[in-house]
Amino acid sequence: MLKKMSYSSFPEDVLEHVFSFVQSDKDRNAISLVCKFWFQVERRCRKRIFVGNCYAVSPRMVTRRFPDVRSVELKGKPHFADFNLVPEGWGGYVYPWIAEMASGYPLLEEIRLKRMVVSDESLELIAKSFKNFKVLVLSSCEGFSTQGLAAIAANCRNLRELDLRESEVEDRSGNWLSLFPETYTSLVSLNIACLGSEVSISALERLLGRCPNLRTLLLNHAVPLDKLANLLRQAPQLVELGTGAYSADMRTDIFSNLAGAFSGCMELKSLSGFWDVVPAYLPAFYSICTGLTSLNLSYATIQCPHIIELLSFCPNLQRLWVLDYIEDGGLEALATSCKDLRELRVFPSEPYGAEPNVSLTEQGLVSVSEGCPKLESVLYFCRRMSNDALVTIARNRPNMTRFRLCIIEPRTPDYLTEQPLDVGFGAIVEHCKDLRRLSLSGLLTDRVFEYIGTYAKKLEMLSVAFAGESDLGLHHVLSGCDSLRKLEIRDCPFGDKALLANAAKLETMRSLWMSSCLVSFEACKLLGQKMPRLNVEVIVDERQPPDLRPENFPVEKLYIYRTVAGPRLDMPGFVWNMDEDSALRLSRKGFRTI
Amino acid sequence: MEGRVTYDNDDLNLKATELRLGLPGTDETEDHEQAVSTARNNKRPSPDDCVIKSKSDEAAPVAKAQIVGWPPIRSYRKNTLQPKKTEAEAPGIYVKVSMDGAPYLRKIDLKVYKGYPELLKALENMFKFTIGEYSEREGYKGSEYAPTYEDKDGDWMLVGDVPWDMFMSSCKRLRIMKGSEARGLGCGV
Repeated sequence: MLKKMSYSSFPEDVLEHVFSFVQSDKDRNAISLVCKFWFQVERRCRKRIFVGNCYAVSPRMVTRRFPDVRSVELKGKPHFADFNLVPEGWGGYVYPWIAEMASGYPLLEEIRLKRMVVSDESLELIAKSFKNFKVLVLSSCEGFSTQGLAAIAANCRNLRELDLRESEVEDRSGNWLSLFPETYTSLVSLNIACLGSEVSISALERLLGRCPNLRTLLLNHAVPLDKLANLLRQAPQLVELGTGAYSADMRTDIFSNLAGAFSGCMELKSLSGFWDVVPAYLPAFYSICTGLTSLNLSYATIQCPHIIELLSFCPNLQRLWVLDYIEDGGLEALATSCKDLRELRVFPSEPYGAEPNVSLTEQGLVSVSEGCPKLESVLYFCRRMSNDALVTIARNRPNMTRFRLCIIEPRTPDYLTEQPLDVGFGAIVEHCKDLRRLSLSGLLTDRVFEYIGTYAKKLEMLSVAFAGESDLGLHHVLSGCDSLRKLEIRDCPFGDKALLANAAKLETMRSLWMSSCLVSFEACKLLGQKMPRLNVEVIVDERQPPDLRPENFPVEKLYIYRTVAGPRLDMPGFVWNMDEDSALRLSRKGFRTI
Repeated sequence: MEGRVTYDNDDLNLKATELRLGLPGTDETEDHEQAVSTARNNKRPSPDDCVIKSKSDEAAPVAKAQIVGWPPIRSYRKNTLQPKKTEAEAPGIYVKVSMDGAPYLRKIDLKVYKGYPELLKALENMFKFTIGEYSEREGYKGSEYAPTYEDKDGDWMLVGDVPWDMFMSSCKRLRIMKGSEARGLGCGV
C-alpha cells in the first residue's frame, strides 16, 4: 500500500519560514499553485505585491487575498501615454487603492507607482494612514502638487525614500521641504529632479545635515551651482547625486570650492542632472570619476570633445545616458575607455529638425557593440541605419537583452541598399536569444515580424510604429512570441483578422495597445463580447462616436488587457468598454473617482 | 516544430477558428476587405497612406512635425533641447565702447564676433586706429592704444588675457585707452 504524502501534516510555520526565502513574484505565484494548503499559507505571509496593470484586479481582491502586505507596486497608464497618445482623464487613479489599503494594510511601508494619477488627497491619506510608512516612489505620475508633498514631509516620521522621478508636480509653493520636523533623521533617498519650483536651500542643507544615512540626492534645475558645494559638504557619504543647473560665471573661487567638495565624496557612483552645462566646470568632479558606474548627461548640451575628455576619466562606467552631441567619434572613444559598459542611451538633441545637426550615425552604435563586451541594453536615436550594421551589432552582442532603435524619420530604409530593415532586425532577434525588449523603426515589411515570431522566444515587450504590410505581420508576433507580455503598436496596417484569430493569446499577455491601425469597431465588439476576461477598451473621438459610423470603420485607439475585475468603473466618456451595450455605457457616465 | 505557417493568398483560414467578423452565418463584407487591401498592397507605403484616421479631413498629408508622439521622446526632455536655436534668437550682448578723446561712445554686440581677432578688427574699423600686436608679456606692443574692458568685479582688464567665452560673460564695457595710461597697463606693475 502506498503511503500518501500529506502536505497538511507539514507545520504551517515551517512552510512559512521556507517561503520567506522566496521573494520573486513569479516564484511566489508558482508556490501558490501547488495545492490549496500552500495557497493559504503563501497568501497569508506574502509581504510584497506587484500589480502590473492596476485595472487587472480590484483593490479589494488584493487585500482579501493577501492580508499582510507591506509593500505595493502599481502601474497605471499604457506606456504610450509617455508620448501623449493617451488623452487626459483616461484613468489610472490611485485613490481607490489608497482608500482600500488604508483600512486593509495599516502596517504598509512602501508604495511604488508608475504612470498613475495621484491626487493631493491620496498623498494626504497615505500620510495619515500608515504609521510606519517608509518608501514613496512616484514614477511618471501626475495630479499632485507640493501641498501633497507637504503632508508627506510633515507626517511620515519613518520616511526613508521620497522619489518623484519624472512626475509632473504642480507648484503650490509653501515650503514643503521645511516641513520635515527637526527630529526627522531617517532620509536615505530624495529625488526631486522633476520639480519645476525652487526649494529652500537652507532647509535642504539642514535636512542633509541631520540625515547621516542619505545615499541618494537628485536635485532639481532650480538649485544653483554655487550652492552645490555646501550641500555636498553636508552629505559626503552620497552614492548617487543629481546636480541642479550646472552653470555659473567662471570664477576660480566657485570652481575650487566645488572641486574640493566633490573630492570629499568618495562613495559617489552615479551622477546626473547637468542642466545648462558650462564646460569649464566639468573638471570639478574629475577626481571622483574613477568610481562612477552611472552617468546621465542627457540634459548636458556639451560637445563631443568635452564628452570624450570626461569619459576618459571614467573607466568603470556601466551606464551612460547622453545626447547625440557625442557623435560617432565620441562613441568610438566610449568603446575604448569604458569596457564595462552595460547600458547606453543616446537621445536626439534636435528631434524635429529635418536635417541631421550632428555626425551621429549607425557607426557609433557599431563601435560600441564591438568595444563593449557587456553591452546589453541600448536605446539609440539616429537618422540612418543599415542592415549590415544591425547584423554586425547582433553578431557582436548576442548577450543583448534590451534593444530599442529609433530612426527618427518613419519608414526610413537601409541607407545603403534602399531595402527594408527586415534582415537587420531579424539578425538581432536571431542572435540575441535572451532579448526581452525590442523597439522597431525604419522601413519594415511583414518579413521582420516573421523573424520575430520565429526567433524572439524570450521577448516580453515589443514596440512597433509605421511598420508592416498586412495582418500577417501581427499574426506572426501573436502566434510566435511565447513570452510576450506587452505589445504596443501605432500606425501599422494591422486589422481584424490577426487580432481575432489570436484572441486567446491576449489572455496570456498583460496588454495590447493599437492606435492608428485598421481594427474595426465591429471586431472590437466581437472580441469584447467573446472574451469576458479581457477588457477591450476603445478610445473614441467624442465628436465622431464610432457607433454612428459604418462598423467596419477603423477605431482610432484600442487598449486590450486581461483582467479579473470586469469592466472598470472609472472610464471617462471617451473610453468605451466593448462588452457593454450603449444603455449601460450612458448610465455609467456618472461614476468618478478622485 | 511548428515553425513557419504557410498561407494561401494571405488567407488566415478564419473558418477554422470560432471568431469571425460579422454576425454568425454571414460572410465578411466587401467594404472591410477594401479598407484593408489598400493598405496591404502598398509594398512601400508613402507617409500619406496606411494611416487611416477617424477624422474626415485627413486627405492632406500630415506634415512631419505634426505626427503626435513621434519621435518617442518624453515631454520633459523636449523642454531642455535645442539650445543652439535659442542662442541665435536670444538678445545679443551689447556693451558700450568708449575711446579716449572720442566725442561719443559706441555700442557693439559681442555675440557677433567669434573671437578676439574679429573683435579687435571691428574696433579698429569703428574708431579708425590700429591696435598693436598682442603678447602675454607686454600687452599690445607697437601702438599707443590698448583695448581694455571693465569686468564683473569692476576692475579694468586688458582685452585678450582670458579665453573668449570667459571674456564674453564677464565684460561689462570696453574702453580703448590711449597714451601713457595705455602703456601703464601693458607693463608688469
